[in-house]
Amino acid sequence: MSAATETAMASGRVSLSLQDVRKSFGRTEIINGVSLDIANGERHAVIGPNGAGKSTLFNLISGRFHVSSGRIELRGEDITNLEPHVINRKGLSRSFQITNIFPRMTVYENVRCAVLWSLGYKYSFWNRVGGLRDAAQRTDEVVELIGMQERRERLAGVLTYAEQRALEIGVTIATGPDVVLLDEPTAGMSHSETDEAVELIRKVTTGKTLIMVEHDMGVVFDLADRISVLVYGEVIATGTPEQIRGNKAVQEAYLGTEQD
Amino acid sequence: MEFFLVTLLNSLSYGLLLFMLSSGLTLIFSMMGVLNFAHASFYMLGAYLAYQTGAYIGFWPALFIAPILVGMLGAITERYGLRTVHKFGHVAELLFTFGLAYVIEEVVHLIWGRAPVDYRVPEALDFTLFTLFTTQYPAYRAFMMLISVGMLISLFLLLTRTRVGMVVQASLTHPDMVESLGHNVPRVFMMVFAGGCALAGLAGVLGGNMFITEPGMAFAVGSIVFVVVVFGGMGSLAGAFVASLIIGSLQTFSVALDFSMLSLLGAVGVSVSEESNWYGLWSITLSQTAPVLPYLLMVLMLIIRPRGLMGTRES
Amino acid sequence: MKPVFHKSRLIFWGAVAIVFLLLPYGFSGGFALSMASQMGIAIIFALSYNMLLGQTGLLSFGHAVYFGLGAFMTAHAINWVGDGRIWWPITFMPLVGGLTGMLFGLVLGFVTTRRAGTPFAMISLGIAEMVAASALMFTTFFGGEGGIATDRTFGGELFGISYGPQIEVFYLIAGWCLVGMIGMFAITQTPLGRMANAVRDNPERAKFVGYNPTRVRWLMMTLAGFFAGMAGSLATINYEIVTAETLGLVASGNVVLMAFIGGIGHFWGPIVGAVFVTYLQSALSTYTQAWLLYFGLLFLIIILFSPGGMANLVTLHKPALRAHLMKRLLPSYALAAATGALMLTGFVALIELLYSHGGGDLVSLFGLEVDTSSTLTWIVPVALFVVGIALFRWALKFVRRAWDEITPQLQASGVV
Repeated sequence: MSAATETAMASGRVSLSLQDVRKSFGRTEIINGVSLDIANGERHAVIGPNGAGKSTLFNLISGRFHVSSGRIELRGEDITNLEPHVINRKGLSRSFQITNIFPRMTVYENVRCAVLWSLGYKYSFWNRVGGLRDAAQRTDEVVELIGMQERRERLAGVLTYAEQRALEIGVTIATGPDVVLLDEPTAGMSHSETDEAVELIRKVTTGKTLIMVEHDMGVVFDLADRISVLVYGEVIATGTPEQIRGNKAVQEAYLGTEQD
Repeated sequence: MEFFLVTLLNSLSYGLLLFMLSSGLTLIFSMMGVLNFAHASFYMLGAYLAYQTGAYIGFWPALFIAPILVGMLGAITERYGLRTVHKFGHVAELLFTFGLAYVIEEVVHLIWGRAPVDYRVPEALDFTLFTLFTTQYPAYRAFMMLISVGMLISLFLLLTRTRVGMVVQASLTHPDMVESLGHNVPRVFMMVFAGGCALAGLAGVLGGNMFITEPGMAFAVGSIVFVVVVFGGMGSLAGAFVASLIIGSLQTFSVALDFSMLSLLGAVGVSVSEESNWYGLWSITLSQTAPVLPYLLMVLMLIIRPRGLMGTRES
Repeated sequence: MKPVFHKSRLIFWGAVAIVFLLLPYGFSGGFALSMASQMGIAIIFALSYNMLLGQTGLLSFGHAVYFGLGAFMTAHAINWVGDGRIWWPITFMPLVGGLTGMLFGLVLGFVTTRRAGTPFAMISLGIAEMVAASALMFTTFFGGEGGIATDRTFGGELFGISYGPQIEVFYLIAGWCLVGMIGMFAITQTPLGRMANAVRDNPERAKFVGYNPTRVRWLMMTLAGFFAGMAGSLATINYEIVTAETLGLVASGNVVLMAFIGGIGHFWGPIVGAVFVTYLQSALSTYTQAWLLYFGLLFLIIILFSPGGMANLVTLHKPALRAHLMKRLLPSYALAAATGALMLTGFVALIELLYSHGGGDLVSLFGLEVDTSSTLTWIVPVALFVVGIALFRWALKFVRRAWDEITPQLQASGVV
């Protein structure tokens, strides 16, 4: 954990706060009262067995689903049940587990769509988008950051899987968020691809708050400052990687018997 | 009082007809996500085929044969048309059914001409069932209601109590799962589509001789059926039922009511001179606005509650 | 993106302008001029429709509402000029239509764009029905059954132009057509235009980059309404009459056909479609009663086999053209065309016979007199049709083979 994050946590500067968040679909309770505070600049991983509700939690935070009850705050501001685009404009951005980009546009155009709002162009129909220098610059920066400079004119729909995942991350951070939610960013990747992805994630989330759902324990223990374990819609433990590794309840519920 | 009761009965028979049409449409939409723009065209084909076959073999056999023929046409449409277009997305499917409606209307022109055909109520049913005050209530209307209700009850039982019905219901929400359980889901789709069309055809057989049978009938009824489906909530059969009755009553009552704002004002002692610019507006009678009312209702519903009365499914 | 953009585009649009300027000199007779005027109006209308369908993914069955309302407003405005109540040059009347269309796009669009996809399509139909039904109710604005008549020479001459002669009207239409084309193309290059595409392809993602899809759709609807109203204005000036049919459902269906047959995936697709459909409608309707049927069938065939429309068929061959491999495809195409023509002749003959057999035994078919009571008259077309289908399907095998042959070469030469 970086010194900055430690300080942030100590001084209580919270980026994202969940207060007793619950979500039911019909009579099935998926999220059973999750309370979590994530500090400014922290890298927080959410792990748990399949079906624990991790994606649902992300959907609640990003506004895709409405909570059944509870409160979600972004830098102290209530964002519970707000529309996704409103939340995004406030500086929270998310990626998707199943790649969710604009398949008919090129890599460059995909990223450019993501920078337009934050640069203030909104619904302008009088600016020629090709001539917007700040948009071009920002887009170039992000495209370079995700290492897709050579492939920038490729249609997103024909990219390889790993490239699409990289683009997914690129589009997510191109909106200039302070809080980034990554939903299983390394899913389906080989070892080398995962290593590259981890480096990418580390690079792009410097100075930002990161919340990540992950199954790959190597990635989790590598990147995360703190980990929360979600089982059947409840957080059964939160702590540093060492604390989690040693936590009996977590071992039983998730990691199984002695594992290192 | 008499007026009210008679109009109410008429609303009921019209509403049930609308429900026969909108239920088929809703089933097809719920199952396949396809809005069958040509649904009312199958309604029209039902009427015309009943007329044509009835001329050779009489009304009663036609009552069974015509819907079956329409169902077969529906099956062919699904197998060779919709299935091909399915991979291009919902917009393409909708455009296909739109083009189909166009073509069916022209084919009807081709075969039967542009004037209305003399599709008549069969003699056996052409009598007065009862007389309500001074109005004679035709037996045929009662017959229509009877068949409609019978058909819908059988449909309900089929869907909820038989094995086929269970497969259909499961395919509504989990087509992939059902397919991996060994059921021929494309065949189920084809059957449902054919069934929906057959239902529309039956409505045509019944409604065609009560109302008029002409090439424009698909168009006239088609838009109302859409309003019913949007108003009741896309994908909801219960919503379609309630909406059919509401819209059916609205149309039937408003067409029969002849008063205008002018007459209302007159009743409270206010009069508007004929020279006034507003006279034209105030003197519009309710029956004149009747065509607009269902759409107005739909627009209001969309503003207040976009998913309709009992809507469940986003497209 | 490319600084060269400006120069090459200027040359392009300049060339278009010159073509428009010189077009009438290629015509012989007023009929061609009339049709060209019609095409100009149809182009603007179809392009405005594609702002909704091709660019934003909104399938509307009621776009003629904005066209018609613009037309009606213009008719009234011109009449007011004639009465001396207002002064406004005919040349700028399309702005009146445009603003009317835009206003209604704004108001009606607010209601309709709250949903997308299939619900939007149905709602657009409902609105169209509502407006069409209202047209017969509000007779002061809509003129009842007879519609509103006007005279485009009201307002007298301005710089020697009275808009009496058709040629002057043609240039007016051509000018506004150019303006419309440039304007609508420019919009595709703006943030709104790009986000409209984004919303079309993945509205979910668009939300998660900060855009409200409903707001994007609403704005596109408003702008599309502007250009549709502009086209309506020009129609009023051209025909000097507007009726309820102008904003009716047939007109709305027509523009769907035009845009789709031309190809909704390319900006210029609807232009092709508008020209093609307008031509066919004029030309075919003089020869046959069945032209609507042929249209519908053409539409269905395009949806089934080439949903990208005619534009897609053209761009499909671009790689082959660039690699100079077209000549490999041509023989099989010729075969397919010949057998296809056979099939088509049989089919058309059949349809024509069916249409006209009600009027007596002797009918005129392709200029020949045939006796419909004779069985031979019926057997020949059916035979032609059936044999034609079989031969056509056989010819298609050669087409497929030709494509299979050249595809590896196309990939190798890097054009694909």
